[in-house]
Amino acid sequence: MTAGAAWLPIDAAVALAACWLVLGAAGLFAPRNLAYVGRLLFPLGALVALLLAATGLAALHASPQVMVLALGLPDLPFHLRVDSLSALFLVLLGGAGAGISIYAAGYFRPGEGTAPGLQCLQYHLFLASMAFVMMADDAYFFMVSWETMALSSFFLVTSDHRIPEIRRAGYLYLLIAHIGAIGILLSFGVLQGGSGDYTFAGMRAQPHAGWWASAAFGLALFGFGAKAGLLPLHVWLPEAHPAAPSPVSAMMSGVMLKASIYGLLRVTFDLLQTQLWWWGVIVLALGLLTALFGVIFSAVQTDMKRLLAYSSIENIGLILVAYGLAVTFRGFGMAALAALALTAMLYHCLNHAAFKSLLFLCTGSVLHATRSRSLGRLGGLIHRMPWVAWLALVGVLASAGLPPGNGFVSEWLLLQGFLFTPGLPHGYVNMLVPVAAAAVAMTAALSGYVMVKFFGIVFLGRPREESLVQAHDAGTLERIGLTWLAALCLLLGLAPVAVIGELDRVTRPLVGHGLGEAARAGGWLLLAPIDAARASYSPLLVLAAIAAVFALAVMAVHRLYHRRVRRADPWDCGFPRQTARMQDTAEGFGQPIRQVFEPFFRMERELPSPFDATPRYRVTVADHLWHWLYLPIARAAEFGTRLVAFLQQGRIAVYLLYSFFTLLALLFFIR
Amino acid sequence: MTPATVSIGAQFINLLAAVLLLLSFAMLSQRRILSLIDLFAMQGAVLFVSTLVVAFTTGQVHLYYSATLTLVLKVLLLPWILHRLIRRLNVKWDVETLINIPTTMLVGIVLVIFAFNLALPISELAGTITRSTLGIALATVMLSFLMMITRRKAVPQVIGFLAMENGLFFAATSATYGMPMVVELGIALDVLVGMIILGVFFFQIREQFDSLDIRHLEQLREE
Repeated sequence: MTAGAAWLPIDAAVALAACWLVLGAAGLFAPRNLAYVGRLLFPLGALVALLLAATGLAALHASPQVMVLALGLPDLPFHLRVDSLSALFLVLLGGAGAGISIYAAGYFRPGEGTAPGLQCLQYHLFLASMAFVMMADDAYFFMVSWETMALSSFFLVTSDHRIPEIRRAGYLYLLIAHIGAIGILLSFGVLQGGSGDYTFAGMRAQPHAGWWASAAFGLALFGFGAKAGLLPLHVWLPEAHPAAPSPVSAMMSGVMLKASIYGLLRVTFDLLQTQLWWWGVIVLALGLLTALFGVIFSAVQTDMKRLLAYSSIENIGLILVAYGLAVTFRGFGMAALAALALTAMLYHCLNHAAFKSLLFLCTGSVLHATRSRSLGRLGGLIHRMPWVAWLALVGVLASAGLPPGNGFVSEWLLLQGFLFTPGLPHGYVNMLVPVAAAAVAMTAALSGYVMVKFFGIVFLGRPREESLVQAHDAGTLERIGLTWLAALCLLLGLAPVAVIGELDRVTRPLVGHGLGEAARAGGWLLLAPIDAARASYSPLLVLAAIAAVFALAVMAVHRLYHRRVRRADPWDCGFPRQTARMQDTAEGFGQPIRQVFEPFFRMERELPSPFDATPRYRVTVADHLWHWLYLPIARAAEFGTRLVAFLQQGRIAVYLLYSFFTLLALLFFIR
Repeated sequence: MTPATVSIGAQFINLLAAVLLLLSFAMLSQRRILSLIDLFAMQGAVLFVSTLVVAFTTGQVHLYYSATLTLVLKVLLLPWILHRLIRRLNVKWDVETLINIPTTMLVGIVLVIFAFNLALPISELAGTITRSTLGIALATVMLSFLMMITRRKAVPQVIGFLAMENGLFFAATSATYGMPMVVELGIALDVLVGMIILGVFFFQIREQFDSLDIRHLEQLREE
């Protein structure tokens, strides 16, 4: 064996993650030097990300490799392992990270929040810790990386820490991240099963009795769900994503949420030997609620980053629905269907990483160009920022789940999975789960509505504010980042057979089956996950059909109708003094949803009186869960601490009495 | 060592222990700071003599060093520092208004009974000649604690703290012929350093509140 052949993908992956750490540390040499940090370090970081994605692809085709790093505490080395599941998420991290890093290179402006060099450190630490989370092979290293990830992202979220709301958002994020981490830690504690062996290899070898396995699963679901934004634990997401700088929002939404999905997969399908079907049903229900909740709330948002944050909740919900379905099928021993659901889930992870990063970065460009995140102040930007607008359109189509986009493929696969649920060997489940399919379909439809709102209000129509005329398009580096992510979206949308062939390598070790052969059976053009007779999809044909219809329609209009472009005033309804502010607003567009789903919201509205000279309309839409769940907990905690505060009398004599009585009691009882 | 010497030695130690307890009660009820320091010095002297006697009767050589340390530190150095301190702080003639001395004394008696009750099983296990004094040593610790609780001024509280250390030292000598030398040296040094730090605090407290009455510190709690 030569030295070259000994260079395994895992060595390369570790070396690349270490490169990120070095790049981050290099940012400290000249923290205020924008050219050094932005033009040198971040592009290098993007290059590293690209290489990591390539390494991940190589690892996907290789057998699992392990490595022991003698770092950390004495007698407690870091164990690392790269198998196909890790490799896939490394590809995801590298692919999305490359686009986001190159975008971030052009994103920084002087005088915004933390010094660029410091942000460079936090950002690369964040990336490296995510890579290590995906490679960790013992609970200790996993938790160290996991907490580093949480802390570095906390500092990135609060980079504008002079603004109180951002500090508050950061605090909420940190709090829930830590509560989640407790869940994960306890789950690992259950998984090691009293053996004291905290390596993942040791946990795999442990037999887990039924209830202990369920406890480990429940704790893992709680812990990873808190980080992913599962329903009752989602509150940090719509606060933290808008607070963070846009590349960071993109990174958190696109990649970090997937890290928790990765953890959930690792625990359920790898560390636990058995999966019970009812776990899947619980996750299915929770995921469905999360998806519906997310999409309904994103429909009524007026801040574009909050809208995308709620849309992230929705997508995480869909991913968890697919995951729940996979666990259910697996629990009933239906390996092929479990593989189908798992493929849909992994596919959607990749898709969401690509299109949500793209959309968040687009909002970053819009934010820089217009200094506004509020949808009510934007509009007509497609003329000023064509690059951003057209690239955003790619992301919007993907997010809406429309055929040529990549979102369609995974949602279609998911619905295919649902079509097989009547075959489940359990009376109630096979009747109720198909109902869930209807809810998934509704979520998909509503997310289309949300995306029309997002794109239409921001980019179409006419500018709502005078100042929007000065908006400028994104810079070169930002364009490169956006184009890369848009290209990923197109690739994932147009080459599903190839992607599923790769995913096959992931699902096979996890559930013992894969879709690769079935998918390839129809040729590279036609995707038929189960059987071509049942359902098949050919993205290129659909794209060709759409292009043909579009071209025909354009030709028909131009040739047959009048052959020239006329510009004229639109019909003004008999009211000639129209302004751009009279266009349909974000509030107006979301109004039907607000009406239909009224019980979901906690609304406060201020309507102006008809005689008001300067009418103001204000509506705040809040979340019931915040008032029903979080505020009571906060109040109880405050009450408890007030009780404790009675101990603090301020008199030294009283404090001495406390210790005196403690001493006496101890002497009395333990003599 | 003849049994007669041991017996006389044990009797003498019992006597000294009784004196120590008496001094503790005296400190509990003493209002004047100056007299309190004198009582503290006397307590140190009794401790010195008793350690010397234990050392002589049992032939434990290292206890001679302990005795010397006690003499230097507790009889000479600490009282001198305290005297200097109250002179510098100008509280030499301070008289403290104590709440209800009889009640405090009664509580003290209850504590002594508790301590004896507590020490009974331990002293049966201990094989030393001084074992019967363990109860008194514990009682001294508790009475000093009680003194700290009842005082309002900072200097008497510190004296209570130092007296507590005396009690612990006595307990160590009586139960096991003293702690290892290293530990003893460490504790002696701690007491000295603690005294110096507390002295600095006194000046800070007085500068802040114009008084050494620790009731002023009650403002420091969170509202």
